[in-house]
Amino acid sequence: MKHIISLLMENESGALSRVAGLFSARGYNIESLTVAATEDPTLSRMTIVTTGSDDVIEQIIKQLNKLIDVVKVLDLNDGKHIERELMLVKVKASGVFKDEMKRMCDIFRGRIIDVADNSYTIELTGSCSKLDAFIEAIDKTAILETVRTGASGIGRGDRILKV
Amino acid sequence: MDSKANPPAETSTKSITGAEIVIRCLNEEKVKFVFGYPGGAVLHIYDAIYKQNGFKHILVRHEQAAVHAADAFSRATGEVGVALVTSGPGATNAITGIATAYMDSIPLVVISGQVPVPAIGMDAFQEVDMVGVTRPCVKHNFLVKDVNDIASTIKKAFYIAKTGRPGPVVVDIPKDITAHIADFVYPKTVEMRSYSPVSKGHSGQIKKAVKLLLEAKRPMIYTGGGLVLGDGAEELIKLARALNYPVTNTLMGLGGYPATDKQYVGMLGMHGTYEANMAMQNCDVLLAVGARFDDRVIGNPKHFGGVKRTIIHIDVDPSSISKRVKVDVPIVGHVQSVLAEMNEILTQEKPKTNISDWWKQIGEWRLVHGGRYEQSSTVIKPQYVIEKLWEVTKGDAYVTSDVGQHQMWAAQYYKFDKPRRWINSGGLGTMGVGLPYAMGCQFADRNAQVACVTGEGSIQMNIQELSTCAQYHLPIKVILLNNRYLGMVRQWQEFFYEDRYSESYMDSLPDFVKLAESYGHVGMQITQPSDVEGALKEAFAKKDKFVFMDFITEQKENVFPMVENGKGLSEMELPKAKGAKQ
Ligand SMILES: Cc1cc2nc3c(=O)[nH]c(=O)nc-3n(C[C@H](O)[C@H](O)[C@H](O)COP(=O)(O)OP(=O)(O)OC[C@H]3O[C@@H](n4cnc5c(N)ncnc54)[C@H](O)[C@@H]3O)c2cc1C
Ligand SMILES: Cc1ncc(C[n+]2csc(CCOP(=O)(O)OP(=O)(O)O)c2C)c(N)n1
Ligand SMILES: [Mg+2]
Repeated sequence: MKHIISLLMENESGALSRVAGLFSARGYNIESLTVAATEDPTLSRMTIVTTGSDDVIEQIIKQLNKLIDVVKVLDLNDGKHIERELMLVKVKASGVFKDEMKRMCDIFRGRIIDVADNSYTIELTGSCSKLDAFIEAIDKTAILETVRTGASGIGRGDRILKV
Repeated sequence: MDSKANPPAETSTKSITGAEIVIRCLNEEKVKFVFGYPGGAVLHIYDAIYKQNGFKHILVRHEQAAVHAADAFSRATGEVGVALVTSGPGATNAITGIATAYMDSIPLVVISGQVPVPAIGMDAFQEVDMVGVTRPCVKHNFLVKDVNDIASTIKKAFYIAKTGRPGPVVVDIPKDITAHIADFVYPKTVEMRSYSPVSKGHSGQIKKAVKLLLEAKRPMIYTGGGLVLGDGAEELIKLARALNYPVTNTLMGLGGYPATDKQYVGMLGMHGTYEANMAMQNCDVLLAVGARFDDRVIGNPKHFGGVKRTIIHIDVDPSSISKRVKVDVPIVGHVQSVLAEMNEILTQEKPKTNISDWWKQIGEWRLVHGGRYEQSSTVIKPQYVIEKLWEVTKGDAYVTSDVGQHQMWAAQYYKFDKPRRWINSGGLGTMGVGLPYAMGCQFADRNAQVACVTGEGSIQMNIQELSTCAQYHLPIKVILLNNRYLGMVRQWQEFFYEDRYSESYMDSLPDFVKLAESYGHVGMQITQPSDVEGALKEAFAKKDKFVFMDFITEQKENVFPMVENGKGLSEMELPKAKGAKQ
């Protein structure tokens, strides 16, 4: 099953490679990994999207907790949470595609943020599955380039990950 | 910290070099020995060593041996072992030693030199990314980029190495940092928001565990390296005696429970005793203490899990629990404190069931193999050498081992009654540890009997240390079980590859007697079974001499029992009837 794991770690050089190294050394999947400093510059927050059986996820959480630089780990799937990802898609915008892309973009509540002679760049945020759905929905031959940030996640309401 | 409080004089000194700070930190940690090898990047540190007498530096002949010796010093004493190596090749030579310690959870601080900060990343002479290279085989590592951080980093390194689940910590220090000047202040304590190891176990879980134990009909206690590392043997003995339950130890846990005790059923696992493996497989309540259900211990996990039993697991590291085997009552905590709490409850309660049938069953299993081997009057049996070694040393030696068949025979036939006496590489299985391990033990206890049980393959992987042993007058006794084969490999080739002994025969062996003598040691070659005991007595009588004993043993002896890879614990291979001494 897919899990979104959030963690806080010391904002030190090398901390990211410890997490990435752990996943490759133990053969865990990483679907995406995002990281940036928090409002407290000594801390980084990371969101990792991974898949695995319950046993594997339990081991992942334990192994992450074991890393000395990791301050806190939370499996967002243990409760209600929100997940958002940003995608930029450059699509063909000539001929039949011109109106079609504008229409799809509106349906998915995206924004066209760059308009060139023959292409649009569409910005889309949402859950990973919404972004997947957009890619599914438009004509594949129209896609020139995509870039995705990977998911960021946060707990709902009182679920707060803080030191 | 309160800035007005005056730190005690010995923890604060004005304006000294980074190298001197390193030395002062080691003194603050009361380090007695640093095992090392010099080179360009650590020259400032070596210069500071020249001017100090707080610890003794031991000059090895290869950095791998420095780390192994520090590792054994720790295994024998419980203190943090310390090694010092230079950058680049010195650092990479240390890797096998670090990985070996990591797999067996041994607390070490390894200080490596690094190229000067401005040269990092420039492919500088003798540059290697030590923090990157060691990351997968250390508990933690640091690159120190400011002289003002040396003291706090080394303090943290020792703290991390020895607390929680112990492990090696690397501190990589660029050369220029060791020349920079700073005030030395050694922090009294370590505060780390990201690291707070547990010690006490959850009382509710502990109560539940004791209740289950008291109701068991076929109980079994299985202890491992964690019991030894956590100095929990005394509490375990108390618990086992109060309950009168059978106890088995893993290879790493030998000595955690006295091997000569009647409740002891021997080592378990791939080469464990018949009775230990059968009891492990068939028990109804299993208490696992500081042991990690390794693949060499439980065999095929599916087969092991095929039998219903309730498992209680005590371990400081939550990730060891329910990793390979689902556990019913997890107790995260330090063995010593958890067992003490259990014993506390047991002063009021006694087992509710009679387990005499279980003991009877175990007694029957004991007779099935019982450690028998075919004796010979013409060729030396390796098992016989170990039995005699146990007798001659009165069971009180530090026994180090290399890796292979000889390691298993040492584990099976030397009856360890005390923890920290059996020093070997279990997790990584590193050939070449034996001799440096013996050095570490002899430094830990200058008057102790130290025996290094080895094979002709393994001993040649760190044979250069014969020189170190000469320099420091270490009266180690090397017990070479010389079968002219990479015996463990040969055994597998016999069993699984139809006797195709691909590259497992070793030709061109040195004359070990002359080799030993060339270093000023005593060399002996023993070829007759009738000479084994006399030779051992003679060697151990030479209290101040290093003696290299080359026992020419049965070439194709096999280690039994054996649980083949992928098989279940109760599916042991035993010697063929004609082979066994009945
Ligand atoms: C040729 C060869 C053959 C082998 N055959 C066998 C065999 O037949 N039988 C066998 O048993 N092994 C065998 N091994 C060794 C095997 O590979 C493992 O190294 C070993 O079984 C692991 O031992 P352990 O479970 O005691 O764990 P260790 O590696 O000793 O781990 C210790 C555990 O205790 C925990 N711990 C540490 N400190 C504490 C504390 N203070 N409190 C609580 N918990 C703590 C740790 O977190 C860890 O989980 C063999 C090795 C080789 C090289
Ligand atoms: C560094 C290293 N290389 C290879 C191995 C694989 N290996 C395990 S046992 C063994 C044979 C050891 O031979 P020897 O030291 O003569 O001991 P014996 O088994 O004959 O007692 C080998 C090659 C290992 N464990 N370590
Ligand atoms: Mg051999």
